[in-house]
Amino acid sequence: MQDNMNWLEFLISERVLLLDGIYQTIYVSLIALFYSLIGGLLVGFIRCIPNKISAFISRIYLESFRIIPLIVWLFAAFFLIPRFMGRGFSSEASAIWVFTLWGSAEIGELVKGAIQSLPTIQRESALALGLSKTQLYMYILIPQAVRRLIPTVINMATRIIKTTSMLDFVGVIEIVARSRQIIERTVEPFIIWSFVFFFFFFLCYPLTLWSRHLEKKFR
Amino acid sequence: MNLNVDYMISIIPLMTSAATYTIKITVLGVFFSFLIGIAGNIVYYYKIPFLSGFFKGYTEISRNTPIIAQLFFLFFGLPQVGITLSGFVCGVIALSFLGGSYMVEALRSGIESVSKIQKESGFALALSKTQILVYIILPQALRTSLQGLFANVIFLLRESSLIGAIAVPELMHVARSEISMFFRTEEVLLMLTFYYIILIAPISIFFTFLEKRLRYAR
Repeated sequence: MQDNMNWLEFLISERVLLLDGIYQTIYVSLIALFYSLIGGLLVGFIRCIPNKISAFISRIYLESFRIIPLIVWLFAAFFLIPRFMGRGFSSEASAIWVFTLWGSAEIGELVKGAIQSLPTIQRESALALGLSKTQLYMYILIPQAVRRLIPTVINMATRIIKTTSMLDFVGVIEIVARSRQIIERTVEPFIIWSFVFFFFFFLCYPLTLWSRHLEKKFR
Repeated sequence: MNLNVDYMISIIPLMTSAATYTIKITVLGVFFSFLIGIAGNIVYYYKIPFLSGFFKGYTEISRNTPIIAQLFFLFFGLPQVGITLSGFVCGVIALSFLGGSYMVEALRSGIESVSKIQKESGFALALSKTQILVYIILPQALRTSLQGLFANVIFLLRESSLIGAIAVPELMHVARSEISMFFRTEEVLLMLTFYYIILIAPISIFFTFLEKRLRYAR
């Protein structure tokens, strides 16, 4: 350990790899969040349909992600997709696939919760005013549901960001992988792992604060 | 897909010992995070000045960092400054550090769900703050918290799969090394899934059952 070396200077001297890792982490999180939002809206609306079969299937879908750890899903995607598809899939692509499936299940649950939490009187009043089903959703339910949804979706974003730290296992070169590379060369685990710890904190904490602020504002 | 059933049967002892390890680490993690949850709520309830701030800060840090970062800091970072902990201890500490804040929140939401008038009535009857907590708030709060507490147990059991990152022989780690040795990926992943279902599904079913009972009791 180079005692006389300033930790800040050390981090700056390693900025190329660190910044690349940070970029990858944020990139994967954003893409996964984007697809999860689309998928989540779809799943959420399907879950609102009062149909036993679709309810059962979406229930199994959600539970399978709640019971089996995400890391197992990542491994399955990483090892098995190439075997069945007959061609390689980059580790990043399989990670994004798994994150999208997981995120859609979770956001779907949030969407369903947001729609069902609206008082029934809203729906009844709209129907009494002669609005069609489409109008009911477009003008009454969705705008209110979105307001309730935004804070929870921001929370989901922090969960996705935190979860990207396990992508190192399946070979995505994000911040944890880059940190390991730096440590192998410089043997400075304390500084680097402290940095990673606080990097995640300073990325997620503002989002948490923002979500809390919006929750208060919309209430 | 051709599954080699003999191989799957042959790894049962290995996977079972790994599952035992997972259970051990999770039980300790749940236990300590529950203690942290109780401690945090006592501090919040009595509004102990300095410690309240401490627990608030702890909750924010714990909830906004991934367990991997916590683990690597404990296991790989600390030895450089002279603190060496075994993988098992690191796993338990990380799991408790992560779970503690979730337990604090779960118990707190239960305590806050008890209506204010109950506390005021208690005061009017000249009960002390501790008596109100023990006889009035806790019996009602625990019931409401149960949902969150069970969800946290399942959450911690799932998160324990990441402790394998520091080479302790829990389920995920054993499965990974098995895959890299024999390349029987399908079989190992299937067994792994099977073990996680065995571990988590009973808790999930029991929890659903309990929830129904409690709702009925109300």
